[in-house]
Amino acid sequence: MISHLWHLIKKEVRELLTPATVIPIVIMAIIFASIGNLTGGAVEDTLSASPVIGIINLDGDNETYSAIIYDTAIAMNASIVFESDDINDLQEGLDVVRERGAMALIVIGPDYNESISSGEKGNLTVYWNMKGTGIFSSMSSAPVDIMLSEVSRSTTYALIEESSDLDPENITSPIVYSSTTLLGDKELVGLGPETVAGFLQSQSFTMPMLIMIIIVMLGGIIISSMGQEKENKTLETLLTLPVNRTVIVSGKLLGSAIVGLVFAGIYMVGMNIYMDNLMIGDVDLSEFGISMGTAETALVGLMVVLAIVCALGICMILGAFAMNYKAAQSLTIPITFLALIPFFVTMFTDYQSLSPILQALMFAIPFTHPMMATNNIMVGNMELVYYGIAYLAIFALATVFITVRLYKSDILLTGVGTTVKGSRTRRRMRK
Amino acid sequence: MDALVVKDLYKAYGNDVAVGGVSFDVKDGEIFGLIGPNGAGKTTTLRVISTLLTVTSGELTVYGKSVTEEPNEVRKIISYLPEDAGAYKNLTGRQYLEFIAGFFTSGSTKKEMVDRGVGIANLGERIDSKVDTYSKGMMRRLLIARAIMTQPKLAILDEVTSGLDVINATEIRGIIKDLSKEGTSVLLSSHNMFEVEYLCDRVALIDKGKIVADGAPDELKKEYSANNIEEVFIKVVRG
Ligand SMILES: Nc1ncnc2c1ncn2[C@@H]1O[C@H](COP(=O)(O)OP(=O)(O)O)[C@@H](O)[C@H]1O
Ligand SMILES: [Mg+2]
Repeated sequence: MISHLWHLIKKEVRELLTPATVIPIVIMAIIFASIGNLTGGAVEDTLSASPVIGIINLDGDNETYSAIIYDTAIAMNASIVFESDDINDLQEGLDVVRERGAMALIVIGPDYNESISSGEKGNLTVYWNMKGTGIFSSMSSAPVDIMLSEVSRSTTYALIEESSDLDPENITSPIVYSSTTLLGDKELVGLGPETVAGFLQSQSFTMPMLIMIIIVMLGGIIISSMGQEKENKTLETLLTLPVNRTVIVSGKLLGSAIVGLVFAGIYMVGMNIYMDNLMIGDVDLSEFGISMGTAETALVGLMVVLAIVCALGICMILGAFAMNYKAAQSLTIPITFLALIPFFVTMFTDYQSLSPILQALMFAIPFTHPMMATNNIMVGNMELVYYGIAYLAIFALATVFITVRLYKSDILLTGVGTTVKGSRTRRRMRK
Repeated sequence: MDALVVKDLYKAYGNDVAVGGVSFDVKDGEIFGLIGPNGAGKTTTLRVISTLLTVTSGELTVYGKSVTEEPNEVRKIISYLPEDAGAYKNLTGRQYLEFIAGFFTSGSTKKEMVDRGVGIANLGERIDSKVDTYSKGMMRRLLIARAIMTQPKLAILDEVTSGLDVINATEIRGIIKDLSKEGTSVLLSSHNMFEVEYLCDRVALIDKGKIVADGAPDELKKEYSANNIEEVFIKVVRG
């Protein structure tokens, strides 16, 4: 019995864990890892880069306020690729900026200093040199943005210092408050809700994404493998061998679950690289007791395993009705939906804020539970976690039970829908 | 003891009766042929005997064991080869034989069983290639080997030679003849009446789910004064 089971598990793993199934998930992991690298890298680069600019100053460079522009540029290590005090040089300036790949050409208007001293706005014209059209193209000019807002701040301070003895810093931001965020039964001293939400989101992104991708991928693989088993009649052959049907079903289930866990492992590696690269100066809430210990991690692991078993159970029930490889493909749609719904719900809203009816619906979808487990554990909402595990276990057992029943019935071989075709043939034959 | 006794077998798919009251028996060591046109009910009958489909009504016993009461006992002594079957495409021929043998024995007898299978398949070095590189003839030889290496008491073969070229078909017929010499009883189905005449000790002609004639090929030919089984069939059906 046990040796038969082991035998079936080995076969299943050998059939499912092939280059054709592993390569897509490896590629997915690599894409995640490199997106993390790219965005992380791009953000860091621009933040540490210094401005490269040209300046045309039409308002004498020794005046107080235009000097601030030069001082700020120097303080930021800017390289100034073009300098002039004649508006007739504009075209030449633009050409140099283009050629040298500078970020912008800044033109200081003729009445810049006078306007500011008399309480009006100073006038700058900025020619931005946009490189490329990709998502990060606008980011390449970020250092000049930073420089200009620094100029603006310094100018404000200079104006305040002229007319008052007070600290300009205190005038521009006159109040200070310390935050404490109440989350579940925890008090997070010194943190605002945005910070906490940001951390929780980054934490809760990983798990739903993992569950969703693994279930969609694995579902497709299992259902088409069942379609293939029927087309090749290998299932038919297996069912005439002296093996208990429960052992056949369990072997298929456990074998594919192992494959699912291998996929999950590959994916987690990619996802971790992605997350590591995105966390720039992010807070770590573990010092506030918002974190997962070994026991909690094990709970989440258990939920992932159970969710995979549930998904496989559903797939095997669906797959039992597929007569061949082609028919199997369309059967992956329901399982994809079941994975996507809780994914979007946990991404864009949360369980607690749903109406009771929607909560019941979400609870009924097994994949919801591991998706929200991380956050529930971190917030201390353990009740939902334990109910979730109980529900997953019952659901998994039920699918195994139903599958075994199906394997004992005719449906596995005759499918559904063929009766119509059969009856037509018979009627024709009777004529 | 008879290898197989089928008594008044009915099998319906929903409301459609595919097999409508079929009775026949297969003697120990005999090759018995179920012959008839497409849709006659041959596959349905074989699947019921092989414990794959439930029985609507009727009694079936394989070497005295009831198909409906003790399917697991029946599975130990039969071997079923479905029509147009394949194997797991990521396994090699040898791995497939090892996989099947693992359900019957273990250890050194398992090795013997696999070696016997490798011998019957007679695929040379190709036994260690992945099965999805096999031609149709090679696949059929592998599957025949799988069905026979377990030394079943009753082999149930559905259209074993259909779709094969003359050489492969002849070779497989040879394997079946040898098999019965070693004492295995064989129940096969075919719509190729010449093949059945050559292979079978006795045949049953089945049409529209009912047996219309049965007996040894020579007796049937004499009875209906026909030159071959095909003529017998046409005479019986046209009435
Ligand atoms: N899964 C099924 N569902 C409904 N009718 C079927 C099914 N399989 C076969 N039949 C019908 O049962 C009859 C006998 O089919 P089958 O046993 O396959 O015949 P044969 O093997 O002699 O060609 C046919 O009329 C066929 O249409
Ligand atoms: Mg048939």
